[in-house]
Amino acid sequence: MAPADTDLEGRERSEGRPPLSTTTDIPTKAATAAAATAKPAVRVRPRGKSSRTAAALSHGVLIAAALVAVFPVLYLFFIALGPDKTDYLHPGGILGKATFANFGKVLSQTDFLTWFGNSLIVAGGTTVFGVLIAATTGYAVSRMRFPGLRPLMWSLLVTQMFPIAVLIVPMYYTMANLGLLDTYSGLILVYASTAVPYCAWLLKGYFDTIPVEIDEAGRVDGLTPFGTFWRLILPLARPGLAVAAFYTFLTAWAEVPFASTFMLSSDKYTLAVGLTTFVSQYESQWNLMAATSVLIAIPVSAVFYLVQKHLVTGLTAGAAKS
Amino acid sequence: MAVAVPGAARKGGRDREPRPGLVERLKLSYSRHWYAYAMAAPVVIVLGVLVAYPLGRGVYLTLTDANSLNVGHTVGVNHIPDTFKFVGLQNYADVLWGQGSYDRFWSHFVWTILWTVICVTLTYGSGLGLALLMNQQLRGRTAYRLLLILPWAVPTFVTVFSWRLMLADGGMVNTLLGALHLPQPSWLEDPLAQKAAAILVNTWCGVPFMMVSLLGGLQSIPAELYEAAEMDGASSWQRFRYVTLPGLRAVSSTVILLGVIWTFNQFVIIFLLFGNNAPDVQILVTWAYQLGFGQQPRDYAQSASYGIILLSILIVFTTFYQRWLKRNDQGVV
Repeated sequence: MAPADTDLEGRERSEGRPPLSTTTDIPTKAATAAAATAKPAVRVRPRGKSSRTAAALSHGVLIAAALVAVFPVLYLFFIALGPDKTDYLHPGGILGKATFANFGKVLSQTDFLTWFGNSLIVAGGTTVFGVLIAATTGYAVSRMRFPGLRPLMWSLLVTQMFPIAVLIVPMYYTMANLGLLDTYSGLILVYASTAVPYCAWLLKGYFDTIPVEIDEAGRVDGLTPFGTFWRLILPLARPGLAVAAFYTFLTAWAEVPFASTFMLSSDKYTLAVGLTTFVSQYESQWNLMAATSVLIAIPVSAVFYLVQKHLVTGLTAGAAKS
Repeated sequence: MAVAVPGAARKGGRDREPRPGLVERLKLSYSRHWYAYAMAAPVVIVLGVLVAYPLGRGVYLTLTDANSLNVGHTVGVNHIPDTFKFVGLQNYADVLWGQGSYDRFWSHFVWTILWTVICVTLTYGSGLGLALLMNQQLRGRTAYRLLLILPWAVPTFVTVFSWRLMLADGGMVNTLLGALHLPQPSWLEDPLAQKAAAILVNTWCGVPFMMVSLLGGLQSIPAELYEAAEMDGASSWQRFRYVTLPGLRAVSSTVILLGVIWTFNQFVIIFLLFGNNAPDVQILVTWAYQLGFGQQPRDYAQSASYGIILLSILIVFTTFYQRWLKRNDQGVV
């Protein structure tokens, strides 16, 4: 393997050279062939280039996978352009009569904008509140050794395992007793309780990667532990916070069972609940549902792509270190 | 488990003894602990009120015969008190070995286990494969990443809806299969095809998370290890087996655990793909929800019993998984 690799690097160098050095081309071709036969299609090494065949194969597989990943989403958008509710059965026919009328109808003739506002309030509130308390907890379990640390970590882990079925009925009564039923703050609290355990875990992992010396320097300069956290660690942990915020936002934005159980009046519905009411209200007008789905997906996907840069770093910090 | 936290915190507040070890720890003082508890308190309170207390009440409900007819509720200004009674462990006995328990519980149990194993294997396998492919120096890596994480970026209930349209009779998938002269099962009605469809959609939704996490893990493996392995004459399979896989162990153990928990409790996909009319494809979570909310009268007690059983299965699994990881020096917590 080692000789093939040296040849490979030789090829790279020769390719970078001006065409003057034609003499090196002959061994290069041989080296390419050798590299192609010697190397399997899937390269594991994080550095270096693969042979051309391997690269082509990789591109082929990745393009196929990307198509599979993207197709259902594009398909939905395409269906949303069809004016009739049975158009999804004949997608070919949509091409001739594609129109944005469905989007206009959803925006003007339904409660879409109300639901959208509700979702924004709830998801935004959950993100701010959830990430804040997850960050303080994550910092506490990352930096401070206190009695009760392990039970806390364990309960954060176990809480993620709770099936909604076990919680939803008693939660309903708790919320009714607290007067939180059918309120934004109630739903925000519920969502926070589902998203916070994972976020705290993830942020703990991220805080672990920030050197303790920074905290110590802050303490020496007279900051309180909370000041250290707020002024030094939080700004440094922005990528991790971005991932946690994204996770929380997405959880809250796309949640169905809690929202449909706890939000009783139709002017408090979130988008996910509103969408499910479409089926009965419009007798399965799939084209309108498709248009609504597209409108729902746009903002959250926008948020997603804003933070995706930090996604890999944040997630692995959480995964590898927690 | 969660109930123990506030108690532990209060008890711990008096425990000022610094643990020996780092110089850091010598500075531990009452105020230091105080800050830690203040910072953890919001989460503990929220989880206590909205998780621990309802869980306690849920456990209590499993010991009664509560349903929507005998639970106290308020009609207008009149409050009707609870009339359900304590029945002990009868619900559990009924679920686990009562009459018809095979159809009501064990068939769903077997399917849930199968579903979890197949889905986690598929998502982890495809995620790892794609991550390995993306970890090369390829042109357009960023573009691939942006496209491949799309299933994760779009809310699940939206994509599930799209799949529902595609899988419907005469929908996209069957048109495609017909064009290739393959059989066209009715994905949303035939029990076996329903299960295949559910696994397909869940895998589609779950791969991006695995891929992104594993890609991060791959990038954290030092290149020197591969160089050293090559110097020792390791084949590419050996490098994968003895460098890549061990290097990924920390990330893998975490994402597999999360994958198992999430798949086991996966509610939205099955609920939205099939609704309440497909008893065969319901995993335990959706089945429990159906008992508690999808029928009249709503059987709260049975629903909660299913929930507690589910939770116990997961806790037992996690404990063994942890123990198994610890034997390999890889604790998650």
